Amino acid sequence: MSTPPSKGRIVLVHLYPREMSIYGDLGNTRCLAARIRRHGYECVVHDHHPGMPLPEQTHLFMGGGGQDSGQSRVEDDLAVIGDRLHGLASDGTPMVMICGMYQMFGHAFITHDGVDLPGLGILDVTTRGQSTRMIGGIVLDTGFGEVVGFENHSGATMLGSGQQPFGQVRAGFGNNGVDGTEGARTHNVIGSYLHGPILPANPRVADALIAAAAERATGRPFEPAELDDSVADEARIRQIRRLLSTSAKSAKSAKGAKSAKGGWVSSR
Amino acid sequence: MAIAAGKLTRAATRIRGGGSAFPGLVAERVDPAILTRTLASVTGGIVVVTGTNGKTTTTKMLTAIIRAHGRRVFTNPTGSNFTRGVISAMLGQIGLAGRLDADVAVLELDEWHALRFAEVVTPTHALLLNVARDQLDRFAEIDTTARLLADLAGRTAHLVVLNRDDSFVFRIAASVPDKHIRYFGVDPQVAGQVPSLHEADVRFEDRAAPPAPTPDDGLLRPVDGRDFTIRFGDRTVGPLALRQRGLAAMVNATAAATMARAVLGEDFRTDVTEAVLREVTAPFGRGEVIDADGQPLELVLVKNPAGFTVALSTYGNEPVATMIAINDDYADGQDVSWLYDVSFEALRAHGVAMTSGRRAYDMALRLNYDEVTVEQIEPDLQAALEAFLTAYRGQPTRIFCTYTAMMSLRRLLAARFDLAGFAQEGQ
Ligand SMILES: [Zn+2]
Repeated sequence: MSTPPSKGRIVLVHLYPREMSIYGDLGNTRCLAARIRRHGYECVVHDHHPGMPLPEQTHLFMGGGGQDSGQSRVEDDLAVIGDRLHGLASDGTPMVMICGMYQMFGHAFITHDGVDLPGLGILDVTTRGQSTRMIGGIVLDTGFGEVVGFENHSGATMLGSGQQPFGQVRAGFGNNGVDGTEGARTHNVIGSYLHGPILPANPRVADALIAAAAERATGRPFEPAELDDSVADEARIRQIRRLLSTSAKSAKSAKGAKSAKGGWVSSR
Repeated sequence: MAIAAGKLTRAATRIRGGGSAFPGLVAERVDPAILTRTLASVTGGIVVVTGTNGKTTTTKMLTAIIRAHGRRVFTNPTGSNFTRGVISAMLGQIGLAGRLDADVAVLELDEWHALRFAEVVTPTHALLLNVARDQLDRFAEIDTTARLLADLAGRTAHLVVLNRDDSFVFRIAASVPDKHIRYFGVDPQVAGQVPSLHEADVRFEDRAAPPAPTPDDGLLRPVDGRDFTIRFGDRTVGPLALRQRGLAAMVNATAAATMARAVLGEDFRTDVTEAVLREVTAPFGRGEVIDADGQPLELVLVKNPAGFTVALSTYGNEPVATMIAINDDYADGQDVSWLYDVSFEALRAHGVAMTSGRRAYDMALRLNYDEVTVEQIEPDLQAALEAFLTAYRGQPTRIFCTYTAMMSLRRLLAARFDLAGFAQEGQ
């Protein structure tokens, strides 16, 4: 069996796999690398650890959620590579940042005790620490169609006035449990609270990121192969159906209980 | 009064065949000091066993070793590892006078309940096994879990046994300078040849290491996949093989032997320990084997990435027909993301015959990304089990399953193979 010639070489950078890769976010890197190869490209996965230099060529970035200890460890390094990330982001480099890294791609994280931890400001969002956790299955409407995942965060994120969200919440909490938005999207940068992990469950999002990365890597339009996503589709459709039917039920009962207040009622 | 009330409830729930935690709840509500008073009569040691993985197995082994040395041991054997489960078990063993007929108490408690317990009763000994992410700890970060164990060590009166291979655990020694510390783990002389079972602690920059072993520390040396020894200085337990397979069980045996030696002191005997360890049977869901029409069917409970990874490194390469059943009810953990923190490559050579449970398709998708072929996907457990056993009739089979999937499968298997009591066990 001979391997067909590679359509090009894509460098995927996983930011802080040790510190910021909780709740299966590593699955996003596995998924991207596997799909890049299945589409006929070569994939180089570069694990970026604090203190290391970034490779010269980078085409795609992935960052995940972490614990507080992980977050404080990477802050110093982000300050070092921040300018480079800014430049790459505004130049159209695709990036997917989940949970903790999404928060750090925003302007600031304001802790419980009012401490203001500055972020990179690549996304126009600000996050506040809360005592209650937003946790559970989540369904969104996005520019990539319906997207499903699992959120688990205590930070409540507000979008700046011009900031586009990643999606609209149909079941679950999203950015803050109040305004119905989830995540943020600027250029080809996606920030989101969706674990699950998000990319294997939603291959259209993965392929959109890969398409942008392939274009940057080769200078030619993306040349996708036909991949069989029937199992992913079945998994996603089943989970969306379940979550929407539970959220419809609880919305009904919540409506009965709080109808006088009006406004958007969180499904959980 | 509290004891009489609890005993009555216990008798009543026994008749109904109910769970083990309920009567304890009643007594705890009536008199929360019941634990302190009753355990005060236990003078040979109050030992708490905690950590993310291996509590039940280790507790069972430790209890058996101490009993074989002639001590009367009170334990909470049902795997209901909560403080009220402890009270519930206690009520079955005490007279109305409130005296527990035991020299030593060996209690399996999860990290959170271990600390709650220690607030009421000061343990004399604590055995801290490991810290791993568990999707059941929905609100806890792994650092929080490590802190709970450190607090427990601080509340332990006499001696703490730590895992020298788990950096979350051996680092606890620094926070309790006034306690006696002993360690168990893989013999440093062979450590390079043994795969790591633990997650890395990223809280600190330094590459900390535990101190050099002393003759009081139990060191595991695997001989092959089944045989191993536990070395204490120049005394050795084994070589022996456990009934339960795999490296994790060997580590649990090492932990149990180390704690037994700490509790028994000069009375600890390597030959007695060896004989007991050979005979200990696997607890519920930890590699139980059922006779399925003359062929072994093995049920393996998987609840978190570390546990699933260990299970796969134990069994994964064997050419046994494999089914994986993943549910996402509350007791399983509703987030199935953790499946992406497990590497399934060990299953690549032989593939997976069936995925089942509520998240059967998500499991199949996960396997697809590790290039593991899946023959069939059937979310309905009953239909899946039927198809799986029919397709592989006359061959050994193995099912990896989450908690609620296991409970359902036990009921189905009990009915199918006429196994009395099997469905209820371990509830
Ligand atoms: Zn999160």
